[in-house]
Order: sequence, then structure tokens, then C-alpha cells
Amino acid sequence: MNRVVGKLGLGAVLAAGWSVALAAAERAPWQLNMHPGVTQTSQEAYDLHMLTLWICVVIGAIVFGAMFIAMFKFRKSKGAVAATWSHNTKAEILWTVTPILILVGMAYPATKVLISEAYTNESQMTVKITGYQWKWGYDYVNWGDKAYHVRFISKLDGVSDRTRQLHSGLNPADVKNAQGENTYLLDVDKPLVLPTNTKVRFVITGDDVIHSWWVPALGWKSDAIPGIINDTWTNIREPGIYRGQCAELCGQDHGFMPIVVKAVPPEEFKAWLDQQEAAQNPPAAAAAAAPVAQQNPPAAPSHG
Amino acid sequence: MANTAAHADDHAHDDHDHKPEGFLDRWLFTTNHKDIGTLYLIFAFTMAVIGAAMSVVIRTELMSPGLQHVQPYFFNQMTTLHALVMIFGAVMPAFVGLANWMIPLQIGAPDMALPRMNNWSFWIMPFAFLMLLGTLFMPGGGPAGGWTMYPPLALQGGASVAFMVFAVHMMGISSIMGAINIIATILNMRAPGVDLLKMPLFTWTWLITAFLLIAVMPVLAGAVTMLLTDKFFGTSFFNAAGGGDPVMFQHIFWFFGHPEVYIMILPAFGIVSEIIPTFSRKPLFGYQAMVYAVASIAFLSFIVWAHHMFTVGMPLGGELFFMYSTMLIAIPTGVKVFNWVSTMWKGSMTFETPMLWAIGFVILFTIGGFSGLMLAIVPADFQYHDTYFVVAHFHYVLVTGAIFSIIAAIYYWWPKWTGRMVNETWGKFHFWWTMVFVNLTFFPQHFLGLAGMPRRIPDYNVAFADWNFISSIGAFGMFLTPFMMIAIFAVSKKSGVKATQRPWEGAHGLEWEVPSPAPHHTFTTPPVIKPGMLAHGDVSH
Repeated sequence: MNRVVGKLGLGAVLAAGWSVALAAAERAPWQLNMHPGVTQTSQEAYDLHMLTLWICVVIGAIVFGAMFIAMFKFRKSKGAVAATWSHNTKAEILWTVTPILILVGMAYPATKVLISEAYTNESQMTVKITGYQWKWGYDYVNWGDKAYHVRFISKLDGVSDRTRQLHSGLNPADVKNAQGENTYLLDVDKPLVLPTNTKVRFVITGDDVIHSWWVPALGWKSDAIPGIINDTWTNIREPGIYRGQCAELCGQDHGFMPIVVKAVPPEEFKAWLDQQEAAQNPPAAAAAAAPVAQQNPPAAPSHG
Repeated sequence: MANTAAHADDHAHDDHDHKPEGFLDRWLFTTNHKDIGTLYLIFAFTMAVIGAAMSVVIRTELMSPGLQHVQPYFFNQMTTLHALVMIFGAVMPAFVGLANWMIPLQIGAPDMALPRMNNWSFWIMPFAFLMLLGTLFMPGGGPAGGWTMYPPLALQGGASVAFMVFAVHMMGISSIMGAINIIATILNMRAPGVDLLKMPLFTWTWLITAFLLIAVMPVLAGAVTMLLTDKFFGTSFFNAAGGGDPVMFQHIFWFFGHPEVYIMILPAFGIVSEIIPTFSRKPLFGYQAMVYAVASIAFLSFIVWAHHMFTVGMPLGGELFFMYSTMLIAIPTGVKVFNWVSTMWKGSMTFETPMLWAIGFVILFTIGGFSGLMLAIVPADFQYHDTYFVVAHFHYVLVTGAIFSIIAAIYYWWPKWTGRMVNETWGKFHFWWTMVFVNLTFFPQHFLGLAGMPRRIPDYNVAFADWNFISSIGAFGMFLTPFMMIAIFAVSKKSGVKATQRPWEGAHGLEWEVPSPAPHHTFTTPPVIKPGMLAHGDVSH
């Protein structure tokens, strides 16, 4: 199999693609293939992608190979005389049944993965994501049994925003972070901080039009639809910065509402969350301003 | 005409044609299937050039990171109108034009069953598109919410919403009338001896396509009418705040939209199934299997629509159902591809221009089919969805699928239409030029999508710059091809070698039993079918 593919040069191209993809943590110039990501979900998506890709490459090599043999062998200029047959029951049964078996072979692992991904129970925390034209709102609802009321808006960073204006005269290649990574259109003012090795449940909705929340490294996207709440989950294996973008056309600045996830170890996350809670909900002010309101919220997250 | 009237060859067929005299009588009031077919093809070509010009705007902006040329909102108008113009203005009318020209010739009928309605269904189209394209010059600009018109975004548009909805209504009326006409013609006007299972594949695929059109165009009309009333009359079909559901629009839209995809590819299957046997000089392999495969693809097209919506948050059962049903389509589609290859096997092949386009179709459409199969796998689709991988996929099936087949058909039947041959060298140059640039345009888009570039964005991170640059170069090369086509066919029309009645050695079927060019009226009396005249049904028995 590999020899056939290698002949076509496709194997070499794809192999180069994987090394590029694996070498870079994020999207890279001349990248050819999907990245395996940092969650089980993204790994499974990648594995299924590679499985179907290879099946397609093999089928393609056989079908196109037969076509090219026919084109070289059965030319009129080489004196080929046309046969008159137009049926072959055995062959027809064979190429109807074989694809069915191959499809079953693909559907079985896909079904297993899909069932596991649909299971959003047993999450350790919940974050509500709201899509706005053209920014994202994040609400930290709970962490374990404790309710939180941390909320902020995350939008395109200032440097990208200035650079992306028509005739800005600024060079997108100059938009870099401290590590020298180009973050043009992929950086935000305030990232979504998440703990690693924690099953995080997301409830996702839209405020105005439909958006779609997508971080490729997490392995899925989910539409943010006004009036509808979708739920998904993730469990990030490694600390790091993971970038994504809105994936559903949502108006003129659809291309300018990136997503940045900053994954940190759980202890660090807990400290950050408590600090945010204290900053956003000073105990004295909250108690004085709305004593009733303060009693209600802790009950609400228990639904999650 | 006056200049060339002296030439005996031009004069010879004018005498017996009884064409209407004046320009308006000939073209505006025409009820002749050949003239209406020509009108459809000219209209489709014009729209294809307009749509291609829009894609050049898109690819120019996407050539490098940063916004250089257009504002994002205008960019969105371009992507929206590019799709609407190419789907409803170019591909569908081109196939209807081919149907008008070829179906009566292939079944031995004197004309379409409902010639006046035929005239009307064409002449609605230019007005529909004047209205749609006119929105570009209105305050607020054209529709910018994507050709899929998803609410609530589509409803944020201004007056363009109403114009777009009415334009879609008119295209729908035109398509439905065209479909009724095709069904009525095929079922009622076949010459004696042309049984259903002896019809050429092109006629067969169009019969099935016409049923799809009748089934789904009213669904689209309903969906856009609900958009209209939501926008202007205070209803809340798709407004969650009023008790409606934005996702319901997507379900209705794609219940139309997926059969629509096959409306644009089944006639292509028919064309390729005509051309490959001709140049292989061997009967089509598995004729009946081909017919049943097309019918089962048409049936399946009604139960796969939600695979366009895997990320909207469907229940697990729904996702599984639509994944399985979508994967099933690979089976009849595979049968077709295997049958084309088997037709070539042990043939006696030559590679005239129509055959090159047909072979290009089989290879590149199959690549589009492969990416379609990959997209069906739901967990992987969670990554692919709404990325350039999808853009690459549907351009492989629509450009190198549908449009390649249309070009193949034009090269194939041109001698019959005009009585002139096309210069083979230039035809082959056209093909190879297109092969290079179409792949340069769309193949790198697979990589971009897999690397994480969403579709419908006017600007991107510099990591995506290289493949976008290559893709834009490809698009610019592609934009030259329509003008190449005009030159090639204009030269052929003016000074091409005269075509014989059967210009392709291996061609079978009733269209090759009339002179080239086909007279204005053909088969005024039904032909008497003799052995060997039909391509299918009287061979190998």
C-alpha cells in the first residue's frame, strides 16, 4: 500500500504535512494537515480524520490506477479493439458490497466516539459562553460545588484591531506576542482561563445572531444560537494557550472575534478564579446593595 | 448573416428551417426548444462570468493577510452573491439549457411538451437576476448573510432581503416550470421504441432531477417567504424571542439544499455517461445499474439534509442517523464511478476534448466525493465544519464536477448545434489550463481548512498566507478560462471545420441521426428506430 502511494508522491507530501503539524503547537505556515490537539476529543477527531483519509487514498489509488491503466492500454492509437460487453454481475456485486463493509468499518469507531462526546454529565465546572456581534462573553458558573459569578467579555486585541483596518498601513506580520508568535487576529484582550485535567462543561448560546465557538486544539465547534442553549464539554490535557475563531458567519466582523483559551493547572486556576470573584463581587458592596440577590445565585448553579 | 449568405453552406440549411424572421420574434417570442436552450446557455455563461468576477474580488482580498481592497461587509456581499449567482444563475440554467437542446433530440420529439411555458420559464430568469444584482447598487448594498440566508443574520440586511426573496421566488417559479416541462416531455413525447429503459442517461438523469426540483423548490420558496414575513410583517417563525426557532430555518433550508446539490450533479452524471462510452467506443457499463444508482442517490438526498448542521446541537440519535444516511450515498456514487471506469476498460479510447473534460470530471469529482465522505464522519466534522475544507469540498463537486461536465457537454454537442468542429488543439489547451489552475485554486483550500481557517472571512492570520496566495493565483488563472472559451467557440462558429452528422466516431443516440447543424425543427414526424440507433437497450442482447 505504502509503495503505491509513495509512487504517487502523495505519501511524501502527507508525511511532510504531519511533521509540520506535529512540530508546531498551533497553526503553521504551509501546514497541510489537522492538528491532533490537546484533548481526547481532538485526538479522536484526528484519528477518525486520518482513518478516512487513508481509506480514501487507498480507494483513490485503486480507482485512479485502474483508470490510468485503461487509458494507456486501451487506446485506439495502440490498436485496441473495443469489447462489446456491458455487464459483469460478479464485479458489480463485489463493488457494491465491499464499500458497505468499508463504511461499516468507518461508522463503528465514529459512533463510539460520538456517544462518548455526547456525555456532558459528571463535569467539574461549568462555563457559559455567549456569542455577541462581535465578541464573546464568558460566565464562570461554578467550580465543584461552589457557585461563582465571574463574568467578562473577550474581544479582539487592540494591535490586531488597528492593523486589520482597511488601508491601515500596518503589517499583519508585525503583530507578535512576547514569544515571537504571530497572533494577528488570533489574540484577545482577555482570554478564557480554564483548568487542565478537569471536565469542563460549556453551555453555549448567542445573543444576537448565530455564532460558533471553535478552538481547533479542543477538537470541536458548537453553534451559539439565540434562544437555544447547547452543551458540550472538554478536558484539556496540557497547559498552554489555544487559539480559535468564530466559525459561523455572523456579520461584517465575523473574521474578527477570536477565541483564546489559556489552560493552567487546577490549583493556579482556582486561585485565579477566587481572585476574579473577589474583584468582581466585593463582599461588602454586594451584601449592602442586594442582600436578596446574594441569596439566590448559589441555588442556580446546582442545575448544572 | 448578409455577408455570409453568399456561402452556399450557410444558405443550405436556412432555406428549410422556417426560423422566425425578426430578432424579437426569433428570441423573445421563441417557443423553439433549441433557441430557448441557446438562450439558457448564453444566460448561464454571462452569469458565470459575473460570478467569477466576484470570486476574483474575494480571492484578491484573500491574497495576503490584512485588508487591502474591500471592507468586510462588501466582502460578505461578494461571497453571498457569488454563491447565489453561480448556483441559480450559472449551473442550474446551464443544465436546463442543455436539457432543452438535447432531450427532444435524444427521445425523438419535435419540441418540448409545453413550448410557451418554456419561453416564460427562461424569460423570468434575467429579471430575477437583475433584481438580485441590482441590490448591489441600492443603499445598504446587497445581501451579505451568506447564500444560506440563515436568520437572524440574514434579517439584519436592509431592502436587499426583500429583493433577494423575490428573486429566489422567481428563480423557483422558473425552475418548477422547467421541471414540469421536462417531465411532461420525457413521459409523453418519446418516439415509438424509445422505452424508458432505452433512454440515454442524460435524459434519465434529467427526469429524476426534474422530480427533485418540483419537490424542493417550493420548500425553499416557503423558507424565504417566512424570512420575508419575519423581516417585514412581524412574524416570529425564526425569532426565538417570539417563540420561533432559528434552527428550524436551517432544517427547512437544507431539506431544499441537499436535493439541490444533486440537482446540480445528476445531469452531470448523465453527460459523463454519454461522453465516456462514445470515446471508449464501447457501450456504457451497467446501464440499468446507472439508472438505479441515480434514483437511489435522489431518494437518499431527501434524508441527509442535517449533515450540513452537525454543529447546531442535534440530539445524539439525530447525528447518528444523518451520519449513516450520508455515508450510504457513497455506495450508489461508487457504483457510478466504477461503471465509468469499467466502460473505459477494454475500450478503444481516443481523447478528444469532450473526453478529456469527462475524465477530468471523474477524477476530480471523485476527490470531491472523498472529502464528502470525510465530512460525513461527525466527530471529524466538528473540526471540518465551516472551514476552508468544506469550501474545497463543494468547489471540487461543483466546479470540477458540475461545471466540468457542462463544458464537456458543450464541446460534445457543439458540432450538432452549430455544424462546426472546435479546434482540438485549443480545446485541449483550454482543458489543461483549467486543470492546472482549478487544482491550484481549490486543492490548497483543503490544507487551509485542516489548519484551522474558517470560511467566509475576509482576513486571516499570517500562518494561512502561503496557501491563500497559491489559491488566489489559481483563481486568477481560472478567470481567464471563460474568455478563452468565448474565443475558441467564436472561431469555431466562424471558421471551424464543417461537422458531419456524426462527428464522433463512437457516438450513438437519436441526436446523431439528424444533420449537423440540427435544423430548426427536428423529428416533426417520429423517427423509426432501427437497430444500432440507440445507445442503450438494443446492444449485447
